[in-house]
Amino acid sequence: MLQLIGLSKRYRTGDLALDGVSLEVPKGQVMALIGPSGAGKSTLIRCVNRLVEPTAGQVLLAGQDITALSPRGLRRARRRMGMIFQEYALVERLSVMENVLSGRLGYVGFWASWFRRFPPADIAEAFRLLERVGLTAMRDKRADALSGGQRQRVGIVRALMQDPDLLLVDEPTASLDPKTSRQIMRLIVELCGERGLATIINIHDVALAQMFAARIVGLRAGRIVYDGPPEGLTPDVLTAIYGEEDWHATIRAAPDEAETDPVPA
Amino acid sequence: MSTEAAAWRPPPLIADRRLRFAIYAGALLYAVLALGTIEVNWARAAEGLARGARFLAGFFPPDFVTKREDILEGLAESLAMTVVSTVLGIALSVPFALGAARNLAPLPIYLFCRGVIAISRTFQEIIIAILFVAMFGFGPLAGTLTLAFATIGFLGKLLAEDIEEIEVAQAEAVRATGAGWWQVLDFAIAPQVLPRFIGLSAYRFDINFRESAVLGLVGAGGIGDTLNNAFERYEFDTAAAILIVIIAIVMACEYSSSWIRRQVQ
Repeated sequence: MLQLIGLSKRYRTGDLALDGVSLEVPKGQVMALIGPSGAGKSTLIRCVNRLVEPTAGQVLLAGQDITALSPRGLRRARRRMGMIFQEYALVERLSVMENVLSGRLGYVGFWASWFRRFPPADIAEAFRLLERVGLTAMRDKRADALSGGQRQRVGIVRALMQDPDLLLVDEPTASLDPKTSRQIMRLIVELCGERGLATIINIHDVALAQMFAARIVGLRAGRIVYDGPPEGLTPDVLTAIYGEEDWHATIRAAPDEAETDPVPA
Repeated sequence: MSTEAAAWRPPPLIADRRLRFAIYAGALLYAVLALGTIEVNWARAAEGLARGARFLAGFFPPDFVTKREDILEGLAESLAMTVVSTVLGIALSVPFALGAARNLAPLPIYLFCRGVIAISRTFQEIIIAILFVAMFGFGPLAGTLTLAFATIGFLGKLLAEDIEEIEVAQAEAVRATGAGWWQVLDFAIAPQVLPRFIGLSAYRFDINFRESAVLGLVGAGGIGDTLNNAFERYEFDTAAAILIVIIAIVMACEYSSSWIRRQVQ
């Protein structure tokens, strides 16, 4: 589904954030991208939808070269790439529905969006997804009236409204408590399974990554230093990714997790 | 307590002790010398005091009745100037503000819009009014154009700075859905700056009314014209009435504009 070939990014400050990253994410795979701060995780997923322009290399989505697209073509391609953000990045002064419907902006014309006249099918889909994540009652609340977990669910719904093939998820749990973090991760993984989405999740929490991802890629200083199953994350591998540290507690913390609530409102 | 701790003082603003005293002494010396150059003729001032008292007495009682028609006409003209110039100025300031926001506009457009705003802010309203009176003749047209032009500088600059300080993540999230430039403006930027924009517009309305009272002095129409005529005919009681009307309206404007600002926050 998604293929990166020799992707590099050098910022104008001279920092080489990505150094020839090649990677393939098949349809339906949830891949976690781990690595220390500044390893290039955020840069990598932003290069995929060109919020950050890559310096070299190619991004192929279902065979189409994203890096070669015109501004118009890029907007069309972005519709197929849903993005979920750290700190949610909802437009706080807009209502939940407006935030959700903004996922359709790539499909509707300017005047229709200006008057908030979205097609009935879009509105029906928004209702259905809000019900799926248990936020029907919050529909007309302003986004800044919601709790962290609720906001991130709105963020997820906004991304799904695009009807994407690929989901780019940047630190989805960075500002959430441990329980909400697990619920959000579970929801993302479930939804990806239902829709067969290829997914890249940037995440700091190694235990969470191991718990929910089918594949882990470790990034250090812009290069891939590990690519394999979650079980392969031995202390040696973690040291290769993050540097020297006692990793035994981290690894053991991962496996059991009793709490299994479905997502409450 | 160690002796070092006992001797601790907050570090002074200017570290060098000699430089510090030199600056303080220099400033004091200049203030004394400058005061010495202002010639005050106490005998004349005492004489003028009595004349001033007679002049002030001329204001009482204020006469609203004799020139009632003139006052009402001037007032209506001032209010019309204020409304038209504020609406026109707001309409023109929005495109200039968008152009003057570095995160939206390309460099040439940015420089042009910043240039226009800088010109508008450099010249005091009176100077622009003198120019416009020379161009368009005496009357409210010159005053209206002056105020509209001044509004562009005021609102354009403040709104542009607001746009530059928006939360980037919210705009990024909307852009990532495949939204076009205008849609990003509508869904991500406008919601963030709208409350302050409304508040600033209300504030500018109130400024424009006050300025419209001054512009009459250079023949640019409005209640200032009426006031000027009253002074020139030594009708101080009518002038007092006009001043009271101006004060009442300015207070009403100020109160309502601060109420509006509270409501939109």
